[in-house]
Amino acid sequence: MNEKTKTSEDCSRRQFFTHISYTLGGLAALMVGIPIVGSVLAPIVKKPKPIWRPVGELKTFTVGDIVKVSFIDSSPLPWAGVTAETAAWLHRKGEDEFTCFSVNCAHLGCPVRWVAGARLFMCPCHGGVYYEDGTVAAGPPPRGLYDYPVRINNGQVEILTSPIPITTV
Amino acid sequence: MESLKRAWLWFDDRTGLGSALGPVIKHPVPPNSASWFYVFGSATLFAFMLQVATGVALAFMYVPSAGEAYQSLQYITDQTTFGRIVRGMHNWGASAMILLVGVHMVRVYLTASYKYPREMHWISGVVLWALVVIMAFSGQVIRWDQTAVWSTIVASEQAGRIPFIGQWVAQFLIGGETIGGATLSRMFAYHVFIVPALLFIFIGLHLYLVIKNGISEFPKAGKPVDPKTYREEYEALVKKKGIPFWPDAAWRDMVFGFIVITTILLIALIIGPPALGPPPNPANIDALPVPDWYFVFYFAFLALMPPQMETYLMVFGPLLVGALLFFLPFISNKGERSPLRRPWAVAIVALTIASISGLWAIGITSPWSPHFDAKPLTVEIIGADSGPIYRGGMDFNEKGCLYCHTISGHGGLRGPDLTYIGDRLSPDELTWRIMNGGLNMPGFGGTLTNEELGDLVVFLKSRTKQNQEASSLGGD
Repeated sequence: MNEKTKTSEDCSRRQFFTHISYTLGGLAALMVGIPIVGSVLAPIVKKPKPIWRPVGELKTFTVGDIVKVSFIDSSPLPWAGVTAETAAWLHRKGEDEFTCFSVNCAHLGCPVRWVAGARLFMCPCHGGVYYEDGTVAAGPPPRGLYDYPVRINNGQVEILTSPIPITTV
Repeated sequence: MESLKRAWLWFDDRTGLGSALGPVIKHPVPPNSASWFYVFGSATLFAFMLQVATGVALAFMYVPSAGEAYQSLQYITDQTTFGRIVRGMHNWGASAMILLVGVHMVRVYLTASYKYPREMHWISGVVLWALVVIMAFSGQVIRWDQTAVWSTIVASEQAGRIPFIGQWVAQFLIGGETIGGATLSRMFAYHVFIVPALLFIFIGLHLYLVIKNGISEFPKAGKPVDPKTYREEYEALVKKKGIPFWPDAAWRDMVFGFIVITTILLIALIIGPPALGPPPNPANIDALPVPDWYFVFYFAFLALMPPQMETYLMVFGPLLVGALLFFLPFISNKGERSPLRRPWAVAIVALTIASISGLWAIGITSPWSPHFDAKPLTVEIIGADSGPIYRGGMDFNEKGCLYCHTISGHGGLRGPDLTYIGDRLSPDELTWRIMNGGLNMPGFGGTLTNEELGDLVVFLKSRTKQNQEASSLGGD
């Protein structure tokens, strides 16, 4: 249709078709987009329930020692394999007193190692160092090591599963 | 041969592809753009095509499951026919892409090809560069070994520093609150679906723009870009002196592309793919997640930046670099193009290359990392086999001092070399430093007994040049 034959009615019909096409296209994208985007974003909304995981009998831990313990995440997926495992540093401070630190450096999450001779936690990545109480001894970490809740239950030491600690601003 | 030709003529008649694509690939280009400086973009494209082909082949064998990917990688590398070579090409192809994208960007920047009317060439190129970097990182992660697991955590921790939404972004990357079954599946989706789809779109746009606006002519000093007249001048130039892109200019692209592809294949054959680390068990903490070579400079940057500023540098640094690159054509889109008349551009490139090289060199040695595998001091180095000097030397080995300090070539690099510390500090100064620490050294006041402290001070005080020379003479 050329310019000469165009009427205001045609324009409004054309505008209507344009608008209805955009609206229907947008609506269809929105309808299917909600479940698609929702399924992708779900992991940051859906929080697994923390679980107390046994890490060993009370008598197996020596007072004063700091040892690495491994346990399974709160809700491992069936195909997770070894990635379902996680670890923590468990410190038996007294007969019934424990503290448990995350293995993740508070700087950028690298795995800290316990150097028993120096009684320090050392991070291999960027040189973060922590004292045995988890406070920063040297290097770039902006705070001390994160800790996990720990309890004694029926002679078993148990750790409450927790998210990987993310240092935020 | 005749029948093939007839088949092609039939196909072309029905599809019109020959008449549609012929003028495109034979479009005239400025004669001075047929240069060896102009081959890096096409070489990146060839490397990308190789990545697609090898990536598809790997996808036939790789299992994107957190519990089985590692075993499938072992299988690809050790048991399949040519799997090792394909994995090697995919790995070294990634290196080639990073390198070639960088060189291509430097060439475009130095010859100011991003100026009018090619602003969108540059912007689409910056997006492509960012996508290539994401591909490189996600590729390292789906090489699902111990380093991959810890690299994911380190990346998430960096994302966690983003104000307000850091926690969400970090958990989005991990696929939940912990590393697990979801982590690899998501990273695999980024690496083989989302980012490649974006790459195809932006490569299409990039190439379309090259056809639409033409390849930039090699710049001449004293001939600035004037948006009012540039298009007319360019059209006149290619009309008068232009040569067909195919094959007059493209043969260089083909020669260089052949060299690139052959080099990748040779490296894959000779060196092979990177060795897999230990299995991806987050409970195995004997890890040092150093990234592949092209990210080592950033690894060093993360270690060396001042702790007070690190959140800002970590979050806003990459954003600032990205924004500067993205908006470059809006900062300057006209004027001189020749690097001979743009000394600041040359200086910026030189400074960037020097900074990255410097950080890379430091990153390789990682002097800030404790050396957990340092060789202990021997009795010969200690210079005694009993008494306080010997006990102090043994304490130096056992109390972690050795991980950060070097004595006579043994030990880490984080702290000062203590080979001649006895010449520099008095016993009181040594005691004070050991007890209280300082700068990046922890204080040992709470962990050493008085006897251990005394022995250490005696041992360190014995580290003098005179003693070392005497002991080496005695050894002779």
